[in-house]
Amino acid sequence: MRRRTIRRLKNVAALGLSAAATLIGLAFLGAILWTLFAEGLSGFSVSLFTQMTPPPGSSGGGLLNAIYGSVILTLLGIAMGAPVGVLAGTYLAEYGRSSRLSTAVRFINDVLLSAPSIIIGLFAYELVVAPMGHFSAISGALALAIIAMPVIVRTTEDMLTLVPQGMKDASTALGAYPWRTIVSVAYPAARSGMVTGLLLAVARISGESAPLLFTALNNQFWSTNLREPIANLPVVIFTFALSPYQNWQQLAWSAALLITLTILVLSIIARIAVSRLSPGGRRG
Amino acid sequence: MIGAELTSEAERSARHVAGQRLFERLFRGTTLAMAILVLLVLGGVAVSLVHGAWPALSRFKLAFIVRQVWNPVTDEYGALGAIYGTLVTSLIALVFAVPISFGIAVFLTELAPAWLKRPVGVAIELLAAVPSIIFGIWGLFVFAPLLQQYAQPWIIDTLGSIPGIGALFQGPPFGIGVLTAGIVLAIMIIPFISAVMRDVFETVPDVLKESGYGLGATTWEVVWQVVVPYSRAGMVGGIMLGLGRALGETMAVTFVIGNAHDIYASLLAPGTTISATIANEFTEATTALYRSSLIALGALLFLITFSVIAAARLMLLRLGRRALPSA
Repeated sequence: MRRRTIRRLKNVAALGLSAAATLIGLAFLGAILWTLFAEGLSGFSVSLFTQMTPPPGSSGGGLLNAIYGSVILTLLGIAMGAPVGVLAGTYLAEYGRSSRLSTAVRFINDVLLSAPSIIIGLFAYELVVAPMGHFSAISGALALAIIAMPVIVRTTEDMLTLVPQGMKDASTALGAYPWRTIVSVAYPAARSGMVTGLLLAVARISGESAPLLFTALNNQFWSTNLREPIANLPVVIFTFALSPYQNWQQLAWSAALLITLTILVLSIIARIAVSRLSPGGRRG
Repeated sequence: MIGAELTSEAERSARHVAGQRLFERLFRGTTLAMAILVLLVLGGVAVSLVHGAWPALSRFKLAFIVRQVWNPVTDEYGALGAIYGTLVTSLIALVFAVPISFGIAVFLTELAPAWLKRPVGVAIELLAAVPSIIFGIWGLFVFAPLLQQYAQPWIIDTLGSIPGIGALFQGPPFGIGVLTAGIVLAIMIIPFISAVMRDVFETVPDVLKESGYGLGATTWEVVWQVVVPYSRAGMVGGIMLGLGRALGETMAVTFVIGNAHDIYASLLAPGTTISATIANEFTEATTALYRSSLIALGALLFLITFSVIAAARLMLLRLGRRALPSA
């Protein structure tokens, strides 16, 4: 009888601790979001979206050039990373499903998926910045593309594998070549899952700062020249938050809130899309 | 008349087939090329890092790894301080993150009612989506002052006076430092480790668990004696994946570690990591050797994380690809 009580107590204690661990995890998310709203919301105004980043020590100003730069870098990164990712994923899922090459590509892709982003930044520096002789938006976009690529390879392969073989067989039976089956049957069937992969990739790269520090750098002014450094939200947060100017710090918090909200909304949309796609599956 | 029509029909069909064949070859070739490109990217990263690191490595030889000096004025560089900081912060992160992630995984798979599972699971995953730099400014402006005011004086008073390990917890409470960086890293890798653990826990066959319950085991006993042994390899894989993250994490650490190249006995003292050093100093590196030394640091980090991540992926590979997180 006593042994049973001890076992019960142990059970309650262990499960209580696991619930406490979950609360700790949620508390950190809550604490971070609360801080962002408390510090960043007061800086939200029209000028935040209409004015350039101000020079040091001045008042006012906004984040227009940084927002524009971040959007450009992210879109360029996706534009370069997505075709490679989708086609490589197509190869893995359709043409070389169980070939030795595919096993190697899958493994390397998984390694790239978790590789430190600052290393990818160094790669882009060596590849583009060093030969060009100066920092540029295009080198930043390249770094982001390399970070986005493995996410897209992975989701594309997973989603194409989910398409029922019977659908593809039906297309083949009508005389369609494999490329036609993939483009006209598999892609449409896997479309929402593949879009989810793109959204996750956008969410992943739009907050990256480490690889941009020595590729796209920063630019206090409006710039649309891809061969020149370009302003972007993550690097602006880095520079402004560590500055002694109160105005810059306020802008850093507002930028932090803006970028986090964008990413969280993208991630939630991606997850809803996935759960609609497959009731059993939780992840994208 | 009819014959001519037939030939043109046959010709058209032959042309169609030829076109289709050509397109098929092109499409297949392109997808194959892109798959190979994925391999080339990783190869390119390795080659470019070694190329960029070469001046520093040929100057300092292997001593680069074991020398504890970082002096841009005399152009003398050694990586020991940064390597030490990288390993210690990641270790601290694991000490905090592993038990909490295990708890979260147990809660999500065994304890939480169905209606709570999904929202809590998604909330924890969202923690993984928060950008690194946000953890950095939160850590510097909110978390570090809290630690400095409440936790660190207590740590110094109690743990600091224990003989032996007390040396780890002495000195003034700066707020920022190695310990703070480790804790912030822990928060960042919790979602990754708990997601993998939850997924491997879910691969445990219900029959096994039900057998445990049938023998009268409590929930905890089933978890500890059935679920954990069954999913041990996956759990280790998940922990190593988290370790890989922690080793390479940059921005959050850069904000809260204090950026000192010296090695102090105390965990409360400032330090630096490989990635924080690169992030802080790369654009300010004035000499070629300085820049090359920073790239050599990057090459070291690549080597370390590559081994850890590869080992983790190999362990998880056996469980099937479904058990892997996508980000």
